[in-house]
Amino acid sequence: MIKDRLSGNEAVALAMKSMNMDVMAAFPITPSTEIPQYFSQFVADGATETIFVPVESEHSAMSACIGAQAAGARSCTATSSCGLALMNEVLSVASSLRLPITMCCVTRALTGPINIHNDHSDAMGVRDCGWIQLYAENAQEAYDNYIMAVRIAEDPKALLPVMVCQDGFITSHAVENIILLAEDEIRKFAGFYEPENYLFNSREKVAYGPYDSPVYFMEHKRQQAQAMIDSLEVINAVSQSFGDLTGRYYDLLEAYRAEDADRLLVVLGSTAGTAKQVVDELRKAGEKVGLIKIRAFRPFPVQALVQALGNAKIVAVLDKSEGMSANGGPLFADVCAALGGRGPRLVNYIYGLGGRDVRPLHIKEVFEHLKDDIEGKTPAAKTAANYRYLAVRE
Amino acid sequence: MSDMLEIRWHGRGGQGVKTAALLLADVAFNTGKYVQGFPEYGPERMGAPVTAYNRICDEVIRDHSNIYEPDFVVVVDETLLKSVNVIKGLKPEGAILVNTDQGPEKIAAKLKGYAGKVLTIDARKISEELLGAYFPNMPMLAGVIKMSRVMDEQVFLDNMNISLKHKFASKPQMITGNMKVLERSLGEVQGL
Repeated sequence: MIKDRLSGNEAVALAMKSMNMDVMAAFPITPSTEIPQYFSQFVADGATETIFVPVESEHSAMSACIGAQAAGARSCTATSSCGLALMNEVLSVASSLRLPITMCCVTRALTGPINIHNDHSDAMGVRDCGWIQLYAENAQEAYDNYIMAVRIAEDPKALLPVMVCQDGFITSHAVENIILLAEDEIRKFAGFYEPENYLFNSREKVAYGPYDSPVYFMEHKRQQAQAMIDSLEVINAVSQSFGDLTGRYYDLLEAYRAEDADRLLVVLGSTAGTAKQVVDELRKAGEKVGLIKIRAFRPFPVQALVQALGNAKIVAVLDKSEGMSANGGPLFADVCAALGGRGPRLVNYIYGLGGRDVRPLHIKEVFEHLKDDIEGKTPAAKTAANYRYLAVRE
Repeated sequence: MSDMLEIRWHGRGGQGVKTAALLLADVAFNTGKYVQGFPEYGPERMGAPVTAYNRICDEVIRDHSNIYEPDFVVVVDETLLKSVNVIKGLKPEGAILVNTDQGPEKIAAKLKGYAGKVLTIDARKISEELLGAYFPNMPMLAGVIKMSRVMDEQVFLDNMNISLKHKFASKPQMITGNMKVLERSLGEVQGL
């Protein structure tokens, strides 16, 4: 156990280095730039044997990862915002080829208007691309999730690329206490990458990426979907063995003081930390509040969520991206689909867009609204409005 | 979390404000504390106002929001007193440290309405005399230790010596100069 203090970006770069990746291909974009920056320093210092490929765009970064991984190499990258959007086309290629690439997505608002700060619109924009998505509350979780991501991705039951998401600036650029693993422990945990099929295997030749006609396309998609379903179990198993190694156990989601809560929040990322502090404060005053932090957004942990939300009277789903659906944000849509109309009442808050700071008083405000909702005090006009905004001027 | 110490830094791009906040997090970490050090990013250019934050606590820090009611404020660039409300939210039982060649009374007059302690340090003079150039962040860092009493001064100096040896491994001449800056700055905070 090594106690240190690092930013989220440093922590992820260190995790990548510790696993001795074969290839890292990256193009810089704020706020993920530091990851390839630290990493290329490791390469220049001879601290890792990884081949660093500086490419001319994010589309090329992902394409290089695809080529390397298909050839039989363990590859990784990092990006944010418009960089992830530019990768969109090839993200689906990576997942449908069942290439277990790992990537750190340092979440940032998608451009329009230009903004460099945090929200989840970039990661949400690629949520249907067939990548596993894990979200981190702090630098420790970004580091831990990245180490686990490689094993999850490469498990034969999953064989899917994994995106480890951490909040831009809030987590990526804040120095915090962190507990690191020794490099040999990480390498032992990650294991040696031995794909069953790969292009450089001269004994058994395979083709990657040929045309798929309507005769088989749908069966291939069905198999890919099954891999996403099966990856729930893989994430749990890998998390269990990571917990056995480190004492830090992770589930698909974290239920915080939720069991007897009448009011719950559902959140992703760094907001969970701020909200936990508020939950503790309100609990001290005798209020029955709690929260659910979704760690695995893809695959969506339906069963675990239904169980965790069971006893609440009302649940506020907090979306750090505006889905522009006129029907609430993407996390809200998934929570609604998971519950299928059963269970507690669900309301949605769009919050924290483009770096709007998420303060404890905002979280308190949500819990206050929920209390009013339960007690029927909400003005009639607002009662029906389950799609709300937090901390916005209008 | 009543024992949480919260510090807000005000400076201008290029003055090493972020570095100072991260170094403070470093030394506090070395004394066994839980820490946060983070800048508030804006349009990045030399001379633009920048803000950075520190949280220091004996327990795990989970709050990821900016700091609105700091215990202490550090103003690395005096000209910001005119354009930024540096005392906004500053606790009256706390204190503010300003880099200036004027005394605390004159600065207090410019901070109308702040009831707490006003401290000053002439970071330019110290830096220019000892380093031959203007690097205000090191004197201000020492000033924060003096103002906040977050750790023993000798412990601070010992830890900074280790940090600087690491930071300036390829420029050892920077270590002695900066250590002299820190030692002298601890004794030159006015208004205590």
